[in-house]
Amino acid sequence: MDTTENKQNMSVNIAGVTFKNPVMEGSGTFGSGMEYSEFVDLNRLGAVVSKGVANVPWPGNPTPRVCEVYGGMLNAIGLQNPGIDTFMERDLEFLKKYDTRVIVNVCGKTVEDYLDVVERLSDKTDVVDMLEINVSCPNVKEGAIAFGQKADALYKITEQIKSRAKQPVIMKLSPNVTDITEMARAAEAAGADALSLINTITAMKIDIHKRTFALANKTGGLSGPAIKPVAVRMVYQTAGAVKIPIIGMGGIANAEDALEFIMAGASAVAVGAMNFHDPYTTVKVIDGISDYMKRYNVADINDLIGCVR
Amino acid sequence: MSKKKETAKVISQEMLAGNIYSMWIETDIAKEARPGQFISVYTKSEARLLPRPISICETGCINRPDGKITDDHGTADSRNALRIVYRIAGEGTREFSAYKAGDSVDILGPLGNGFPLPEKKDGSDAILIGGGIGIPPMLELAKALRCNKTIVAGYRDADLFLDKELGKYGKLVIATDDGSAGTKGTVIDAIRQQGVTGTVIYACGPTPMLRGIKAYAQEMGIEAYISMEERMACGVGACLGCVCKTTETDDHSKVKNARICKDGPVFLASTIDL
Repeated sequence: MDTTENKQNMSVNIAGVTFKNPVMEGSGTFGSGMEYSEFVDLNRLGAVVSKGVANVPWPGNPTPRVCEVYGGMLNAIGLQNPGIDTFMERDLEFLKKYDTRVIVNVCGKTVEDYLDVVERLSDKTDVVDMLEINVSCPNVKEGAIAFGQKADALYKITEQIKSRAKQPVIMKLSPNVTDITEMARAAEAAGADALSLINTITAMKIDIHKRTFALANKTGGLSGPAIKPVAVRMVYQTAGAVKIPIIGMGGIANAEDALEFIMAGASAVAVGAMNFHDPYTTVKVIDGISDYMKRYNVADINDLIGCVR
Repeated sequence: MSKKKETAKVISQEMLAGNIYSMWIETDIAKEARPGQFISVYTKSEARLLPRPISICETGCINRPDGKITDDHGTADSRNALRIVYRIAGEGTREFSAYKAGDSVDILGPLGNGFPLPEKKDGSDAILIGGGIGIPPMLELAKALRCNKTIVAGYRDADLFLDKELGKYGKLVIATDDGSAGTKGTVIDAIRQQGVTGTVIYACGPTPMLRGIKAYAQEMGIEAYISMEERMACGVGACLGCVCKTTETDDHSKVKNARICKDGPVFLASTIDL
């Protein structure tokens, strides 16, 4: 390592948790890191964000669950997950071995479901650094997004989770709202420690050859490069509306994309659908941000956060 | 790290039948590849971000200096060429079909479990069944299986492909939807009409065909290994896009949903809810 690299600070702090760099992956695109650890050294990531986990196993939606669209993809997995018991025995034990932060994404159909998971994780502060609360999945009929599209419902669930959680709480916001800053302010007022945005955008594709929907669920969540400009705009607006830190995501494919989010006000970023296009995307983004900092003599990544106002 | 995404070189490309193409690729993935596994093939455009999962048709060795490809399964370490036979199903596969010798192609693999192979030559009579674009993986399997083999290939019409190559490794039985070659009807119709018998089935093809094969195997009281297909995203078992219903709860999902890309694509038919 040369001296310029030694002087470079890429670590960021979110709600008292220090991350070695601002790059993580988006929940649901990476499992619990097990599969991608065959390609990527998980120790290099700022954090591993788990796929959403509920209090009991969820079967998810019928197939087809995914399809490609120009510049992106739709998914309607429906939050299939093995439940918190298996997750704690298997996935958390696996993640323990790595020197990276662990953020557990929590989903539920009722407030009690969420609280159940939050409480089960409360004595896992040695492994689980933060909780990310999924109130924005567009693909399940009950719960999830119902809490994320109304400011008063979001306020209530945030407040209840905060009263039980032992780890800092990130509320993951939906873009499928009229004004995302209203949701952001409600979460902040209820005590959320951070926000992550955006979840996928509700969308549809029709298979004209079969004359039916491309997804069995009819609608799915749009992700990938197609949504990036929308996500950057929403991060920018939200950063202007709240004081709590933001984790930005939506179509990040490379360091340039990640830097847009950071400059718009994100303290960290997550790579989602592009992991499917290139399993090495996360580490390429980390290296690319470092290269950018060298090129422009930026000593501290924190100087770039929200630098465009 | 046994799997990797790499930029490989196209050795040759040819059209075998209408919309059916064969591409040989120079890659060390060939060393580890087993029959029934697949590779993810990536387009050159980020606008088409998902890889195309394509089954491995066969592997071989490139002879230097003449560049001819031979297959010598006695020396797996020397295998450095892999063949995919695929159908143009959209813009991604159309892009692949335009690749010429010397072009680069991004691939990841080998992926999935592949067909289970008996340790030694045993007394079994295998029936290998391929339907449409499920035919190609039967070639590598036919080469690897050391037992009596009948290969049943189902096509839409007389625009056949890989039939001559498959015929080198076992008795070939053909079925076509329109009856323009072989038996008119399904692969099961052909099996019944041609009196094909066996002690184990290996199959790849569309879901209705696999459903028929599962029922046939049950009727005959024999095992059938079927290779499933579904829309995929990650291809490595992370996203849970390509699941199929299983009869029992599995260790990974806990909800009777096996991942086709990771736990499959090959499953014992009796364990799948078809």
